Amino acid sequence: MAVSVNEAVSAGPARDRTPPARRRRGRGRAVVETATLTVLAAVMLFPVLWMIETSIKENRDVYAIPAKFFDFTVTLDHFKDVFVASGGGPTTLSGSFLNSVIVAGVSTVLATVLGVPAAWAYSRFSVKAKKDQLFFILSTRFMPPVVVVIPIFLMYRQVGLFDTKLGLILIYTAFNVPFTIWMMKGFVDEVPAEYEDAAMLDGYTRLQAFWKFTLPLLLPGIAATAVFALIFSWNEFVFAIFLTSSDAVRTAPPAIAGLIGGTTVDWGLVAAASIVFALPVLIFSYLVRKHLVAGVTLGAVRR
Amino acid sequence: MGTVAVQGLSKSFGKVQALDGVTLDVPDGSFFVVLGPSGAGKTTTLRAIAGLEKLDAGTVHLDGRDATADTPAARDLAMVFQSYALYPRLTAYENIASPLRARRCSSSEIAAAVEKMSNLLHIERLLQRRPAQMSGGEMQRVALARALVRSPRAFLMDEPLTNLDLKLRVEMRTELTRIHRSLGGTFIYVTNDQVEALSMADQVAVIKEGKVQQVGTPTEVYERPANKWVAGFVGSPAISLLACHAEGDRLVGADGWSLPRPRWTTAEDGRPLLLGLRAEDLSVERRGDASLPGELYGLEPLGDRTVVDVQVGTVILKVKARPTVTGTPGERLNVTVDLDRAHLFDAGTGLALSEAGR
Repeated sequence: MAVSVNEAVSAGPARDRTPPARRRRGRGRAVVETATLTVLAAVMLFPVLWMIETSIKENRDVYAIPAKFFDFTVTLDHFKDVFVASGGGPTTLSGSFLNSVIVAGVSTVLATVLGVPAAWAYSRFSVKAKKDQLFFILSTRFMPPVVVVIPIFLMYRQVGLFDTKLGLILIYTAFNVPFTIWMMKGFVDEVPAEYEDAAMLDGYTRLQAFWKFTLPLLLPGIAATAVFALIFSWNEFVFAIFLTSSDAVRTAPPAIAGLIGGTTVDWGLVAAASIVFALPVLIFSYLVRKHLVAGVTLGAVRR
Repeated sequence: MGTVAVQGLSKSFGKVQALDGVTLDVPDGSFFVVLGPSGAGKTTTLRAIAGLEKLDAGTVHLDGRDATADTPAARDLAMVFQSYALYPRLTAYENIASPLRARRCSSSEIAAAVEKMSNLLHIERLLQRRPAQMSGGEMQRVALARALVRSPRAFLMDEPLTNLDLKLRVEMRTELTRIHRSLGGTFIYVTNDQVEALSMADQVAVIKEGKVQQVGTPTEVYERPANKWVAGFVGSPAISLLACHAEGDRLVGADGWSLPRPRWTTAEDGRPLLLGLRAEDLSVERRGDASLPGELYGLEPLGDRTVVDVQVGTVILKVKARPTVTGTPGERLNVTVDLDRAHLFDAGTGLALSEAGR
């Protein structure tokens, strides 16, 4: 009765079965739709395209008026400048990227390690006031982060977490754990509890049953959840700018924002840094796209 | 050794009382069937025995030792789930091997045991397949093999045949009886299918709304139902029940009919009773002194027999007849009753009247 994800997802729209009359009307509509979507896409993607162009233009082309769309000299100097300082050695910006990797990576791992077993427990066991607890966990996500940034700033200063990577890791973990619990609970609910029951009768303990039989089935869900948590931590700006002050701790988003300001703005460097910043998330999402799809369609699989 | 004794099992899910003082004694080596409609608490009983359900009250004794607090693994039981619960990422071979791997058997032991099971259940060619590549019947055999591969105290089976089509179900019924005979061991088998219960069981426990109604051999449960509910649940077509009371040497029906009073009944005159008559103890073809006047209501031809529905007063009697029987609805006819095989229940409590004199 188990159906693989490929079978569960329909093979595509059954376009050919529509009667001809409807198809003709449909074609007229399709032209309008395609045109509208093309214009919208161009408008939406223009800043991204412009950023990519700026990152590979020489400085004199960046500031050229009228703006040059096609006939500029291609250079990768800006990308070099992101990582290599003018006198040799790494730039402070490259340090910020490393900080982002550490903070986002560790907080995602922590949130997953804490959130997945919690989600399993909420899904499998009868917990007192389970619904109220889950609602409380969810409610921590209702609040915009800006609301708590001042109290947290004051508390962090008191306990010595201000301007530390640990401080950022903790706050991101705190925001990602509720999300992980809620998303993973959905995935755990989809895995029949009978696998664990059967494993326990086979002679495994409850934890072994979870580890050996349920966890492997949860991997697609964990991957999808971790990607979302990672993207949140990677992109986070508000806490990063308020809770850090030194270059040694600062993560990439406030560091890139810090490039703008002063008398002159090196737009080529800003654009190159932004692209470097966006790439990991894009690549990671691309690598786990299958799991993301599996995560979304898991509920559609008949058992 | 493999005796299972549960005492006073109680369990509620929120406001629903799933088990209400269930007490069962399963003798060593028996094929014990727990029979009841869906929602009666059969599966909860089985899960309680397996240690998968936390109980509100009651004890579970395995081989005479209190195992109420033991983990499922420590109870040394095997279970076949209604959904089969085969591990989806493992091959049939690995599924069957799982209980042995959990108990750290050597791979040569495992290979020998799996081979023996696959021969017994004719699943040699399935061993390298995953559950997704098997049919329902094949998954069912693999699930059975996974349970039977060890020699636990008892085998628990939760409606293992329910998800199979009819032909396969009949085949597997014979197969399971054969396996029980060849392997021995205690089987506790939960089903809502009375045919399975009557054909396979040494002992049947009939359960309804979390309470045990009757425990006995299939013959006892069928021939001497403890109450009107068991009488109605066991047997197909269902037993017909007619309101009546005793008056001297007659039984007088609420609808005006009258029959000779069965010799064995001791019910005092006037007490409201229910007369239970099974389809095979009624006839529209034979003639006898005890008969009920009625009207033909309809015919259900079933191939090997025809069930004749006869309206007597406000009640429809189900009467078993030869397949050649004919008639037109509305036609008057007499139903001959085999009073020696009739059942009498107290109309108030529903309990069967003492049949000591029978």
